[in-house]
Amino acid sequence: MKPSTFKKGLHPEDYKYFSRNQAIETLPLPDDVYLPLQQHIGAPCVPLVKKGDRVKTGQIIANSEAYVSAPVHASVTGIVRDIEKYYHPLGMRETMIHIQRDGEDEWEYLEKIRDWKWTPKEQLLKTVRDAGIVGLGGATFPTHVKLNPPDDKPIDSFILNGVECEPYLTADDRLMIEQADKILLGMAIMMHILDVQKGYIGIENNKPEAIARMQKRIVELGYPFKLVPLKVKYPQGAEKMLIYSVLKRRVPAGRLPMDVGVVVNNVATALAVAEAVTEAKPLIQRVITVTGDGVNQPKNLMARVGTPFTELFKACGNVKDNVHRIFMGGPMMGMTQYHLESPVIKGSSGIVAVSGDLVEELVTFPCIHCGACVKACPMNLLPLRISRFGQRGMVEQLDEYGVTNCIECGSCAFACPANIPLVQWIKVGKLRLREYNAKRAKEKA
Amino acid sequence: MDLQSILIAAGSMGGLGLFFAAGLAIANKKLQVEEDPRVTRIMEVIPGANCGGCGFPGCAGFADAVVKGKAKADGCPVGGADVAAKIAAIMGVEISGGERRVARCMCQGGLEEIAYQGEYLGALSCIAATLVSGGKKLCEFGCLGLGDCAAACPFDAIKISANRLPVVDNDKCTGCGKCVDVCPRDLMHLHPISYKVRVLCQNHDPGRYATKVCTRSCIACGLCEKKCPFDAIHVIDNLAVIDYEKCKHCGLCATVCPNQAIEHIRKKKIVKEDAAAAGEKTAVSAAQP
Repeated sequence: MKPSTFKKGLHPEDYKYFSRNQAIETLPLPDDVYLPLQQHIGAPCVPLVKKGDRVKTGQIIANSEAYVSAPVHASVTGIVRDIEKYYHPLGMRETMIHIQRDGEDEWEYLEKIRDWKWTPKEQLLKTVRDAGIVGLGGATFPTHVKLNPPDDKPIDSFILNGVECEPYLTADDRLMIEQADKILLGMAIMMHILDVQKGYIGIENNKPEAIARMQKRIVELGYPFKLVPLKVKYPQGAEKMLIYSVLKRRVPAGRLPMDVGVVVNNVATALAVAEAVTEAKPLIQRVITVTGDGVNQPKNLMARVGTPFTELFKACGNVKDNVHRIFMGGPMMGMTQYHLESPVIKGSSGIVAVSGDLVEELVTFPCIHCGACVKACPMNLLPLRISRFGQRGMVEQLDEYGVTNCIECGSCAFACPANIPLVQWIKVGKLRLREYNAKRAKEKA
Repeated sequence: MDLQSILIAAGSMGGLGLFFAAGLAIANKKLQVEEDPRVTRIMEVIPGANCGGCGFPGCAGFADAVVKGKAKADGCPVGGADVAAKIAAIMGVEISGGERRVARCMCQGGLEEIAYQGEYLGALSCIAATLVSGGKKLCEFGCLGLGDCAAACPFDAIKISANRLPVVDNDKCTGCGKCVDVCPRDLMHLHPISYKVRVLCQNHDPGRYATKVCTRSCIACGLCEKKCPFDAIHVIDNLAVIDYEKCKHCGLCATVCPNQAIEHIRKKKIVKEDAAAAGEKTAVSAAQP
């Protein structure tokens, strides 16, 4: 059978061979962790502890009253050293809670759930929120919001996202091979909360081992899920692309997947849900791929949230001397890191260190309107136009050309033969449009 | 051709002519637009370059706005003081706070002074750099030096120096405020041209961080606060702020600042007319040993 896919997109070299066959290793507990108050989309948290307090692993140390938000848990047992601004992996400095570990783990568990099949939906949702679970694919949208769609939007399908289309990253791949049972259980729990019957699992064809393992466990455990192998193409794992590939449904411009009756969640999120519901463990650790040709021993590590990147590199035999650039996330959508003391956050799926050999010296040339970006854009936008409007601050045209539909996947900038930083200009355009709309709303009021 | 057909033609054409003439006459009276004569008079005195520096669509838009009371008489940045006086005379108002204002970058962290966090290879624009870790300079309050203000200036008054800091030409600056709007870090401030003392730093971090990122940063030591005889400078939120209602521009604060974060412009620098005379004097004194 021909594998399903979406239209447009591109084929970057995947470089997954660095860490594909490395089993997940648990990183020794770090001595210091730095926990940002904002690790999710939505309202930032307010710290509930103060300097000098002793906290236990899994204790809620920051929370917010807002619905679209997720609490932050202490990821080690120790003493709060200070609440200060440190370098956040997404650039700029953010307020973080610095905890110094003073011994082995002393857990503080969530409220136990005896049998999730007979637990009311509200209680399961509360557990998911209390566990601080957010979308672990990288977007970090609070999961309890995704699992609680409004009543006027009926959901009929659930898609588990095991695509991992970013080059280099293998965290989800390894998770599916090693923790297939828990992932499937998490998926079943999420489908139970949503009251959905049809479940799909999308996995890219370059992970044959994961596909085989998941298929085997689905059959053995008797789940009614359908595994859909997908064509290797970037950005296959983007929510809207995945929905089209699996179900051939198009999400209209400016709408959410729930508008077409679909909820998509990542495999790592499913694992976190399973652990929260069956083991009462909050989200304090995640699998992170440390890879690239700039690392001596690429690995997949199970690391506590808040571990500084330097600790991860230490476990991987340090970075090589000729390392040129380090990203958090994949090379397509990740952020370049300036500070290696930045911590792992809930959304960090990988750290990629590339040496000078693989990076071309980028010289920007003028746009010749070749259309390579238009051919690549999976959202059918005109990146050349939108980026130029963003540069010039032409907000009305930005709106007209649909800048808000851009998913910032980076396909256009990758395809551009003139090396124009298209995505950066589009981001500027989004910022300018947002400012303009805010100004307009203010004038009206 | 007989006389009758000539008469019919002349009569019908004449009648039509009269009818339309009457129509036009009535339309002229009924649909007349009352234009304020002051708009035309203002149009005559303003430069008419349609630069848009005032923020209105062209000079006609500005003149209209002045008459309607939406713009001030001194709103034309190109015309300057004399045009403002003429407009004020037409409108019969007095100009308030007539002092000319110029823009100034409130940061001294150029390439030499600042600490670096790495290389920046993205789009060469300040606003684009703020979206990704803020360029190569470590200070998160300081000037990015990529020249959004210089690009936005309609009067070519801002140049980026070799040290990657904007330098404002006070003669060309009209105080239109476009640079103030575009700066993503709000570093361009408009000040009356007579101000001689300014705190050229916007770093709100405590001193222990501020010293790390820049050699010219305000470290909130409070020496200026103690030195000021007029109680005009205060450290607010880790940054010295001058209260210009009390400030006498004596410059004592600038003398004690350990990082030279406070600027004090002395007389020599701003009075340009005297430069020629001073040159003569030195020539004379050189001739007479």
